[in-house]
Amino acid sequence: MGNKQTIFTDEQLDAYQDCTFFTRKEILRLHSRYHELAPHLVPMDYTNEPDCKLPLALIVDMPELKENPFRNRIVESFSEDGMGNLSFNEFVDMFSVLSEMAPRELKAIYAFKIYDYNVDNYLCKEDLEKTLNKLTKEELTPEEVELVCEKAIEEADLDGDNKLSYADFENMITRAPDFLSTFHIRI
Amino acid sequence: SYQSLLYRRKSSSIKSRGSSKGRLSISGRLNTERRKSQMEQRRMEERKNLISCRQWKAGARRYMKRLTDDAHTFLSSMKLWRSDIHQIEGMFGTGILSYFSFLRFLVALNLIIFLVMFCFVMLPMIIDPHPIRNVTYNEHQGILINYHEHILDLLSGEGILERTYLLYGFYKSDEIRFPMFTYKLPLAYLLTTLGYLLLSLLWIVKRSAEGFKRHLIKDEDRFQSFCNKIFAGWDFCITSESAAKQKRNSLLYELKTDLEDERIKQKMADRTRKDKCRIYFLRVILNMFVIGVLAVCFFCIYAATTFSQKAENRNKKVNFIVDLIHEYLPSIVITLANFITPLLFSVIINFEDYSPAFEIRFTLMRCVFMRLTSIAVLLFSLWSQLKQCGTDPCSNQKLCNCWETRVGQEMYKLTIFDFIIILSVTLFVEFPRKMLVHFCKCPLAKMWGLQEFSIPQNVLEIVYGQTICWIGTFYCPMLPAICTIKYFCIFYIKKLSLIKNCRPATRPFRASSSHFFFLGVLLIGLILACLPISISLPSQACGPFSNYNTSWEALPAAVEALPQNAKNFINLLGSETFAVSFFVVTCLAMFYVIALAGAHKKVINQLREKLVMVCRLDSLQSEGWPVKNPCTEIFPGFCVTGGPGQTLPDPEAVSGPECPSGQIHTAAPQSQQAEPQLPHQLLQQLQ
Repeated sequence: MGNKQTIFTDEQLDAYQDCTFFTRKEILRLHSRYHELAPHLVPMDYTNEPDCKLPLALIVDMPELKENPFRNRIVESFSEDGMGNLSFNEFVDMFSVLSEMAPRELKAIYAFKIYDYNVDNYLCKEDLEKTLNKLTKEELTPEEVELVCEKAIEEADLDGDNKLSYADFENMITRAPDFLSTFHIRI
Repeated sequence: SYQSLLYRRKSSSIKSRGSSKGRLSISGRLNTERRKSQMEQRRMEERKNLISCRQWKAGARRYMKRLTDDAHTFLSSMKLWRSDIHQIEGMFGTGILSYFSFLRFLVALNLIIFLVMFCFVMLPMIIDPHPIRNVTYNEHQGILINYHEHILDLLSGEGILERTYLLYGFYKSDEIRFPMFTYKLPLAYLLTTLGYLLLSLLWIVKRSAEGFKRHLIKDEDRFQSFCNKIFAGWDFCITSESAAKQKRNSLLYELKTDLEDERIKQKMADRTRKDKCRIYFLRVILNMFVIGVLAVCFFCIYAATTFSQKAENRNKKVNFIVDLIHEYLPSIVITLANFITPLLFSVIINFEDYSPAFEIRFTLMRCVFMRLTSIAVLLFSLWSQLKQCGTDPCSNQKLCNCWETRVGQEMYKLTIFDFIIILSVTLFVEFPRKMLVHFCKCPLAKMWGLQEFSIPQNVLEIVYGQTICWIGTFYCPMLPAICTIKYFCIFYIKKLSLIKNCRPATRPFRASSSHFFFLGVLLIGLILACLPISISLPSQACGPFSNYNTSWEALPAAVEALPQNAKNFINLLGSETFAVSFFVVTCLAMFYVIALAGAHKKVINQLREKLVMVCRLDSLQSEGWPVKNPCTEIFPGFCVTGGPGQTLPDPEAVSGPECPSGQIHTAAPQSQQAEPQLPHQLLQQLQ
């Protein structure tokens, strides 16, 4: 299995297996998926760690992400430059956090980043409204949107500053029964 | 203090989390020369300290982890129907997925029960070196009889099937003498029955433990439904466009319903005294009506069973079809009742003016009650027939001689009929409905729409089938095998129906809350199944217990045959002193656990209040009030610099230093305001 492939060195595969929630086979499969997105850009040989990044537009076209209303934000939160250009390591990172085996705390951190549109470390009312509009494709009336966001902040806000800090968010998400089962992507 | 214990536990859990896998910040790590040289250095050091115990242990641990991971992946790839369920999840989300994984669980359970019964009850009889067959029958009779008889026998479990391993009456009550030892079949039969009931109970409780834990932690009030929908509402697994559209519509519907609920709650709070009286009066009337309907149904079931038994006794074969209907009359009546009553209940509940969430739950409770009680009524009517055996001259002779076989046949018929109904409803009701909706242009058809895949009703169906299986296994040992095959086929039938004929329910069923509900109803079915077995009086003419007065007598008889020491020990276990002291110890243990749970809940509330206080003081501090570092005051020794809420915790702190590390990955740079901290610095602070 590992002897025939020439894409990664054994140490690289070991490191991937230790640091993500994927096995060797899955890492190789991820690499082929990454390669499929842009065959002329992505090299087949990763042993000397090439510096190759794929743009946002290619990644959100993947079938696993295509129907997700938050696909742009997901890719942006995992990219180092914040613009959505993912290297292979970031690509693996993304699917590792979103896999079934990642713990709840880790997923909560990234969920917070994803829903934080203006990247100010708080989920304010505008962030929630944007999230809700993306979810429902703007089919709720503006009054309904405002009411729902108000109620949501009321439910989760502990310190009374009318926006959700990470502590509020984490406290709320640990009590949300569906979070673990819905916040995962199968690849 | 408890608090210091708590934060010490927290820091150790972070350390232990370090040994679990973490997120690779590969981008910061593997891509530098420094890393490479570090790894080279480490490898050289490792080679130097080859015998060093710690290195070996770390390496061994990593190897074992990799091995267990590979084993887990292999095992999960072997799970039944993995790709089918994956497909369903992608198309319909996690709510409907829970129904199919429940079905898979039942297939596995029934298979295990059948294997247990087969190994301990059927296999000894099959390999019996000295078989004595009390009933002799002419081999040639089978060829001469009309083929109609065979089909009737197969469908009703009578005739030739009575003389097979299918039914209770075939098993003999003698010991089976093998060359090495004697095998007491009655004892084995009794113990196997207890065994499979206990096994089912343990497996169900294990499966529901996770859901129950979460249920306990939840607040009693309807909490966070808006937050839950916004942040955990979208199923990230969805890959098809139609499923995404459906999910969006269902989320929209849910949000609108919730807003409506809020409005209704407000309206209910505004109700006047006069309104309340009127509504309570109406509810009492409607509940009495419901009880009346249930009574009528139960009477119909009783009458049908009595008629069917008497018709069978007459032994006049009128016509193939009429005979079949006579045989299946109880099943037909039960199925009709189970079909009509949910419709009736869902109409009645509209007038009772409850909150929407309660309406659904209450209707479901009524349906569950209806389904399970109809089985109980069937058993009761058979039992009342049995009582008349000595007195009534035209009572059913077969019933009086060997009533367990009759009960086994009834359960067998119920199972077969249930399966036939599910199959025919899919083929002859849903399929034409879909054709009608697609090809007919009239507005009535469009309004009627496709069949909804209602999860609660489907789950009740299979729970009903499983309850019959549990009750029936004692009287018809091959029933679990039949049920395994039945559920296996139902999986594919339902999957086909879901994909081709149905639209998902407009009010989506939540996976988390439903998990606990399914298993709860299954447990009620299991309890119901235990009752007939525990109060049975075996018939003297057939079956493994024909020599005993009650089936439980097999146990004392077996104990008598043991050597003296074992007998003394078992007598001690069965004595009153032991029973009382065991009961007292169990009660104490239960009280202790309840007290512990209460204490945990109290601590959780206290911590939550403290968290609120910290956040409030924090915001005061940021406004310029002279508050000392609030976090360290209220949670001594437990704070990160900057306090909660100001920075995101580093993902590395969550995952831990398992990976070849040195540098940490900085999160998207613009979001980090405080200085990023190295994991070991973070851990030190926590200590």
